[in-house]
Amino acid sequence: MITTNALAAIALTYVMFLFTVAFVAERAARRGHVDWLRAPIVYTLSLSIYCTAWTFYGAVGSAVRGGFEYLTIYLGPSLVMIGWFWGLRKLVRIGRAQRITSIADLISSRYGKSNLLGVGVTLLAVIGTTPYIALQLQSVTLSVDVFAHPESDGSNQLMTAFWVAAGLSLFTVIFGTRNLDANERHHGVVMAIAVEAVVKLFALLAVGVFVVWGLMGGVSEALARVDASALGQWDVQGGRWVGLTMLSAAAFLCLPRMFQVMVVENDSDAQLRLAAWAFPLYMGLMSLFIVPIAVAGLDLLPAGANPDLFVLTVPLSQGQEGLAVLSFLGGFSSATSMVIVAAIALSTMVSNHIVMPVWLHLRRDAASFSGDVRHVVLLSRRLSIMGVLLLGYVYYALSGGGAALSAIGLVSFTGLAQILPALLGGIFWRGATRSGALAGIGIGFAIWMYALFLPSFGEGVILSRAVFETGPFGIAALHPHALFGLGGLDPLMHAVLWSLSLNTIAFFVASMVSFPSPIERLQGAQFVNADLAATGRRGWSGAAAQSEDLMVMAQRILGAREAQALFLREARKQGVSGLLPDPTPQFLEVLERELAGSVGAATAHAMVGQIVGSMRVSVEDLMAVADETAQMMEYSARLEAQSQELTRTARQLREANDKLTRLSVQKDAFLSQISHELRTPMTSIRAFSEIMRDSDALDPGQRAKYASIIHDETLRLTRLLDDLLDLSVLENGQVNLNIRRERLSDLLDRAVAAAAADEMGACIRIDRSTIAEQVVLETDVDRLGQVFINLIANARKYCDARDPALTITVTEDAGGLVIDFIDNGAGVSTEAQDVIFEKFSRVGDQKAGGAGLGLAICRQIMARLGGDIRYLPGQGGAAFRVIVPAALEQAAE
Amino acid sequence: MNAGPPPPLFVERQTYRLRRLRDAARALPVLALMLWLVPILWSMPGEAVSASGALIYLFGTWAALGLSAGLLIWAIERAERRARAAEDEARARRETAL
Repeated sequence: MITTNALAAIALTYVMFLFTVAFVAERAARRGHVDWLRAPIVYTLSLSIYCTAWTFYGAVGSAVRGGFEYLTIYLGPSLVMIGWFWGLRKLVRIGRAQRITSIADLISSRYGKSNLLGVGVTLLAVIGTTPYIALQLQSVTLSVDVFAHPESDGSNQLMTAFWVAAGLSLFTVIFGTRNLDANERHHGVVMAIAVEAVVKLFALLAVGVFVVWGLMGGVSEALARVDASALGQWDVQGGRWVGLTMLSAAAFLCLPRMFQVMVVENDSDAQLRLAAWAFPLYMGLMSLFIVPIAVAGLDLLPAGANPDLFVLTVPLSQGQEGLAVLSFLGGFSSATSMVIVAAIALSTMVSNHIVMPVWLHLRRDAASFSGDVRHVVLLSRRLSIMGVLLLGYVYYALSGGGAALSAIGLVSFTGLAQILPALLGGIFWRGATRSGALAGIGIGFAIWMYALFLPSFGEGVILSRAVFETGPFGIAALHPHALFGLGGLDPLMHAVLWSLSLNTIAFFVASMVSFPSPIERLQGAQFVNADLAATGRRGWSGAAAQSEDLMVMAQRILGAREAQALFLREARKQGVSGLLPDPTPQFLEVLERELAGSVGAATAHAMVGQIVGSMRVSVEDLMAVADETAQMMEYSARLEAQSQELTRTARQLREANDKLTRLSVQKDAFLSQISHELRTPMTSIRAFSEIMRDSDALDPGQRAKYASIIHDETLRLTRLLDDLLDLSVLENGQVNLNIRRERLSDLLDRAVAAAAADEMGACIRIDRSTIAEQVVLETDVDRLGQVFINLIANARKYCDARDPALTITVTEDAGGLVIDFIDNGAGVSTEAQDVIFEKFSRVGDQKAGGAGLGLAICRQIMARLGGDIRYLPGQGGAAFRVIVPAALEQAAE
Repeated sequence: MNAGPPPPLFVERQTYRLRRLRDAARALPVLALMLWLVPILWSMPGEAVSASGALIYLFGTWAALGLSAGLLIWAIERAERRARAAEDEARARRETAL
């Protein structure tokens, strides 16, 4: 028989081993060797703190008492893990992105950093977890008792519990508050509980294998034994099966210790991906041999034996002391790992949401502005850890460790599940508000206290016996086990039903009717849309904290003079008079950097975060955010406009280039043309004048003929030079307009007559609308007539139709009087259309004479007259539109 | 807030596959829930189910679901790698084209 001392030595050795593991891991982490510490398998194993001593020992007891119901405790979390893609993925991403330190922090941060909510969740967590810690202490003492003398008394148990609690608080203080990490990761602790996870799984499997193969003789025999036992029939109430599965799934997300390992200690999606499938399998293995062990215990042990200890007593009764010790270590591991992590999680919450705010509030007016806040934070953590464990111990000592404690596991689950609506609502629903969360958690908490937690102490302990008989003050509708007349339910399910449903309804309704503050809305958007910003590194997004708080804190760390200098500098930079700058994000960054110079970056971040309250936003910052967005949008619109403009300009430039190229070609062609035009008359003038000079035998007829040729040629030259001069005058704007009044029809009559007088060109039929032409114009009618003549003469010259016709239409529109000259010829080719108005431009190089100046002159004239002339494509022939400005036309009336 | 272009309505093959795998990851817990709610039927009168049968069913589904979840995650990771590789390739091609 193993003595208690030997057992104590074994346990102590084991604890030493854990210390070593934690120490090595912590040192490796400090040296930066974190790869293996962050391995997904370590994360997965660390999740096993869900399996506490309550499940390690208690599952068998639960199987004996309630049949297969124990499975629900494992199935719920497995469901959550398998469904990682729905919720957990988002939860851990939010946890990482927002540097969440605990579930209370998550809730309070999501709902606009409400400290009230933080305090509420912390209280709920402490009340819900303390009995659970007591339960772990109880299981360790009971398991120690199994090895001790049967006649040992209660004081011995209390001593065991006390030393276990003391040892655990020592471990937790050492490894749980080693540093103030910015993201609250505890590599040593996580590594230790991963090792413990292996130990407890191995221990339970060893006992199971021993029972199935060693005692029962194989799988089929074991199954037959199970069928033949008291557990042989499936006997689970449907409601409890569903209810407990859902409850444990909810608790899995909400338990502070689970949140600690699952969200706070997480640092990559890869960790979650392994855990998502490996952890359900771990849970399956943990629960695989529960029923055979229970059946073996029922068969082998005397009727009164405590089924909660079958895992220990079955191997012991078979003389397997080694196995029993292994099993003891498994149970010990389960208990210790749970207590350690729960203590860390609770102490973080208590310290961040209760102790530090109170301490800062109390010290705000204190005269002493010296001292290191870091020590205060660590001290408050350490005291909180000890306080939590002490509370657990006191609870255990007071409750006397009876059967009442065994039931506390589910009671605790139910209490913490009250956070679920606010948690899920917070990460999936932007409409969830602080009021909603407060209302939901408040109502759920109250119902849980009244209907489940207080009654769990037993009738007459806290709630009087009368309450359980007739309801409080005789009101039956308020009976704790039959609220609003809903009796006949199992008390646990009754409390779960009422608390969670009213919690959810209150949460929803209060969220609907309340309006969130700007901070809440911003936080809500960041939480709900976490995927969008999953990669962005977050700085301080502003703080609504009082600058004075920051000042107080900074003075304590930097020293009064330095801090004041820093604040003054920043205030000047912001243009604020006085000593206190506005707590803008920029200022907080600067402050954090300054603090980091004194106490390290991580600590500085944690301190600003923990004391100021992380991620607070002022309305100014919100507006800045909106402003920034507006600026970005405006900027991008401007860029777009610029790029469109550039495209347009490029096209215009290309067109201009094409035109220039064509013009250059034209100019070359013109030069040869003009030299030809000048040369031809010059040649004949020279030739005939030489003949007249050199030959004396010219008769008067010949002489007259030659002289007239010379005269004609000089006229032609003069006309050409006149045209050039005319154009040059028009272009230089030196022309004087001779404004007169004349009827359009008269003007056109003269133009037609003048054009017809020209001997060149075919005869052309001209269609006119005399009625529309009865308009009086006041303009330089000679110049306008020149344009008309030119157009009509062109039509005569170039219209190549067999039966040439020119249609002149006159219309009035807003821009003025529009006169179209449309012939029925081939028209002007598209390439030629934009150059015909240029100087020296001639369509083709056909027979018709002229230097190609006519239309250029027309355009200049029209420009002088304030009108326009343009080519009108698509009219079935060459078509020109002359626009005479309205002002002149109206002036004529 | 979002000034970027709207997400495309239709995606390439790899991305499509990845999305369907994620759908499967969402569907798996629903399947798990249905499978694990089957025991409600057993507690109905006249439906006596032996303990061994219940154990085999529950642990069988448990192992199957855990392994399928693992398989699915493996497939998702592979599809993500492929989609990323395809994206990189497309980007490289665009850059060389420019």
